[in-house]
Order: sequence, then C-alpha cells, then structure tokens
Amino acid sequence: MEWIYDIIEPVYLLAAILFILALRAMSNPATARGGIVWAGFGMLLAIGVTILIPVTLPSSSTLFLNFVLMGIAIAIGGSIAYYAAIKVQMTNMPQMVAIYNGMGGGAAGAIAAVDLMLSNWPANQYAPLDIVGGLIGSVSFAGSLIAFLKLQGWMTQKPVTFPGQNVVNLVVLGLAALFGAFFIIQPAFLAGFPVSLLAMFFVLGLLYGLFMTLPIGGADMPVVISLYNALTGMAVGIDGFALNNFAMIVAGVIVGAAGSLLTYLMAKAMNRSLSNVLFSAFGAKEETGVELKGSLKPTDPDDVAVQLAYSSKVIIAPGYGMAVAQAQGKVKEMCDILEQKGVTVKFAIHPVAGRMPGHMNVLLAEAGVSYDKLFDIDEINPEFATTDVAMVIGANDTVNPAAHRQGSPLFGMPVLEVEQAKSVVVLKRGQGKGFAGIENDLFYRDNCKMLYGDATDSLSKVVQALKKL
Amino acid sequence: MIQPPTWVIQYLPLVYIAFLAAFTGYEVISRVPTLLHTPLMSGSNFIHGAVLVGSMVMLGLAQNLPEQIVGFIAVLLGAANVTGGYAVTDRILEMFDRAKQREKKPEA
Repeated sequence: MEWIYDIIEPVYLLAAILFILALRAMSNPATARGGIVWAGFGMLLAIGVTILIPVTLPSSSTLFLNFVLMGIAIAIGGSIAYYAAIKVQMTNMPQMVAIYNGMGGGAAGAIAAVDLMLSNWPANQYAPLDIVGGLIGSVSFAGSLIAFLKLQGWMTQKPVTFPGQNVVNLVVLGLAALFGAFFIIQPAFLAGFPVSLLAMFFVLGLLYGLFMTLPIGGADMPVVISLYNALTGMAVGIDGFALNNFAMIVAGVIVGAAGSLLTYLMAKAMNRSLSNVLFSAFGAKEETGVELKGSLKPTDPDDVAVQLAYSSKVIIAPGYGMAVAQAQGKVKEMCDILEQKGVTVKFAIHPVAGRMPGHMNVLLAEAGVSYDKLFDIDEINPEFATTDVAMVIGANDTVNPAAHRQGSPLFGMPVLEVEQAKSVVVLKRGQGKGFAGIENDLFYRDNCKMLYGDATDSLSKVVQALKKL
Repeated sequence: MIQPPTWVIQYLPLVYIAFLAAFTGYEVISRVPTLLHTPLMSGSNFIHGAVLVGSMVMLGLAQNLPEQIVGFIAVLLGAANVTGGYAVTDRILEMFDRAKQREKKPEA
C-alpha cells in the first residue's frame, strides 16, 4: 500500500503552496477573498487524502470504529462551528476568532497526547517534540478560552490579579517544564507514558494558560488574541514535525511566524513590550498626581449637527465604545448625509482600537462603509491639521495626547492626533476614564466638546438634526 | 563513501523547511494594512486548522479507549477550528467586498 504516499505527499505539497498563496493574497483587499477560497480548496484536498493514511496501517480491531468516530467528530465539530460562525453578530467576532483559535490549540495538545500514548508508533523518537507541542497547544487552548470568556462578557474584562501572581504563574510553568523534562530524560517511560502522569502534565499546561490570561485586561486583547494565534500555529508546526506531516509543518510554521509578527505590531502600536502586556496587569492601577487645566465642556446633538454640516472635512475616530453601542450603522447613516451635503468624511483607524486587530474595519465594513475611506494612523495623522471636525466615538486611550507627555503611562504610544483638528467632538458614555485608567488630556482642551450618552442614541439625534438642516 | 550521520538525514531537512516557512510567513504578511488585520488573523487561524489532518491520523491509530477519547477530542476541536475559521474569514471578507460595491453604485 506504499503507493498511497505517492498521492498523499504531492497533495500536501499542493495544499502548502495554496496556503502560502492565500496568505499572500490577504495583503490586498481586492484579492483577499479569492485567496481564502484557494486555501479552503487546499485544505479540502489535504483532509480528503488524509482519510487514506490509516488504510496503510496494519489493520487492527479498532480501525473501523476509529473511522466511525472520525466521521462523527468531524460532523459535530464542523457543523456547530459553522453554524455559530454564520449566526454570530459581527460585534462578537473577536471572541469567535479567539475560540476557534483555542480549539486549534486544543487539537494540537490532544494530538501530542495521543502520540505520546501510542508509544509503539513510530518507535517514538519524536516524544520531545510532542512534549513541547502539547504544552504550547494546551496553553493556547486554555488561554484562548479565558480570552473568549472575557470578550463574551461572561467574565470581567478587568485584569484579575492576586498577590504573588507572577510567582504562582512561574511555578506552574516550571512544574510543567519539569514534568516534560522528566518524560524526556527517563527513557524507561518511552516504553509507554502512564496516562495519569500525562494527564497531570497537560493539566499543568492548561492551568498556565488560564493563569497567564487572567491578569490581561480587555484593551490588551488585540495582542493576546494574535499571540495565541501564533502559539497555536507553533504548536501545530511542532506536532507536524513529530508526525512527519508536511502539511502541518508548513501551515503551522507560517502561521506561527505571521502571528508573531502581528503580535509584535500590536504591542508596538501601544508602545509596550510583549512582556509588559502579559505580566504587568496594565490598567489595574491609576495614574495619580497629574492636574489637568481646563474643564469638560458638554455639548448637544443640535450643535454637533450644525458644526458637522458646515464643515468641509470631517474625520471620525472610532473605538471600542462604538462596538459596545453597536453604533456603526448610525455612523454610516450620518456619513451618507454629510457626503450628500458635500462634506468629505474619512475614518482614522488606530491599530489597537477595539478588541482584536482590525476590529473597527470589520464593524465599519458591516455597516457598509467602503474601505477606501478607512485610513491607518500614519496616513491620517498629517490630515488632522486641515480638518474642521474630528469626531471621536467611544475611543479614549488611542486619542489621548497624554501619550506625548513624559511620565504618563501612555508615553510614547502612537496616538491619533485628533486634537490638531479645528474642533473635536467626543462621544462618550459617561465621565469615566479609559481602560488604562488615565485621565484624557484631550477632553480638557479648548477645542474639545463632549457629547455624553450612548453612542447610538447620540448619533440618532445628530442624524435627526442633520436631516432638518 | 561515508554516509552523513542519521540526524543530518532525518532532522536537518525539517529544520530547513521550518526556517524557510518562517521567513515566508514573515515576508508574505509584513506589509498587510490595518484594514486586513482581522481577516489575516482569522485566515491564518483557518490555515493552522491543518491540525485536523494530524488529528485524523492520530484517531486512526488509536488502539484503546483512552487513545480513542483523546483522538476523538482532537478531531472534534480540529474540525471546529477549520470550519469556524473558514466561515468567519469568508464572512468578513464578503462584507468588505459588499461595502465597497454598495458605495460604488450611487456614483455610477
């Protein structure tokens, strides 16, 4: 039956090439959709030929049952995931990305576990790889699950901290590593890993994932989600080595590299190191000792409407508040009216606005705002000086000029320089501080007015007022 | 003729593949705009769904109940990863397409 590999291996190669081309196509909005379809085709081929692999194995009493189980698992897992992905609201996308990514990590962990249990195949010289892949996979699984719970609102989005947290985390990770090392240097166990010991090893991995994610707050989620994406990729790649499976190696390693880069970009967009994001429970403490001059100046929807209608250029800077209020539809409605009146409307998108990388872009696309109008921070910052009104919708830290002030916890973070516009309107639910617990200098500036209330309500009133003008 | 040691034959090609794949991954996405960060992430989320392939091999090899249980979990999670990842990515990209087209119409 060796000829089966003459089919399987070339198909894996083809799938790997398609994966790479698909990621390449992802760098341009015009080609992205075609890319994912090709990747899907490659995946179907790879999965299709994989069904042949167990046929090459010495037949065992369980082989038939295993095939039945395989069919059931694919049917259940696939249909539930597909249904959930189609039905879920766009505002809930960050947690969907987190949970599906976690499932990949869980699968990688489970694969490593089975490979370790199957000590007689293939005379397991790859056990160390399974240990590493299994650990990373289980950390990613538990961590993504916590990220999901936080984003879904089933758990507080605030950092969960307790004294000595970093020490506890380190001990858990250390114990897991010790277990892993013990498996590797004790060749006697290679004759068969005791299931109970293996279970303890994986439980430690899961615990570490849990503990690692608890102290990370909501606004840091873009970093965390993309970090776990990278970790799952790595786990899959390492498992691929252990199983000598080229489709898994290429897919896993590419995603590991791409995810690491994205994680780095997210951390850089906050001017913080990855370890600062992971270990400092940012946002748990508040800044003290800074006195701000000026006052908060409330305004009302009618004034805002007049101001907007007589502008020639308006830039909108959305943030997580827009997602919470689900205000993207109203934003689009307002834009349409303004454009009919001849006002140029652009959007300023901060890389870490929202709860996942690119979150705002997705919401605005859902509302029907064309991506031609969405601009990255570097493109849009020079434009604020020539802008009549900058409208901030539910964003706070990403527009805080405190980032230019030495000594501020935000110091050095690239921010949208909305304060340079002739006037600024901030839509905000209440007078609270941003996620980072830092007073926002912007709100006290002379050219800044506050429009308090739920973003959707406020915008509805602005839209009504605009229609009357 | 002297044969190279086993580790060279067995492991080195894999290490080369890993390095090349890592560079490819890095290069391929190094200029992705903020606009596409979500589909990029969820697309790569789908691609690591190739883990399903390994899960299927493992379940196929399982020989006793514990192995079958863990293998079953692996396939279940892998299948969810791959279908969910695909559906989410496609849905997001479709929205980008539609938003673009909807805006074009009034001008035409």
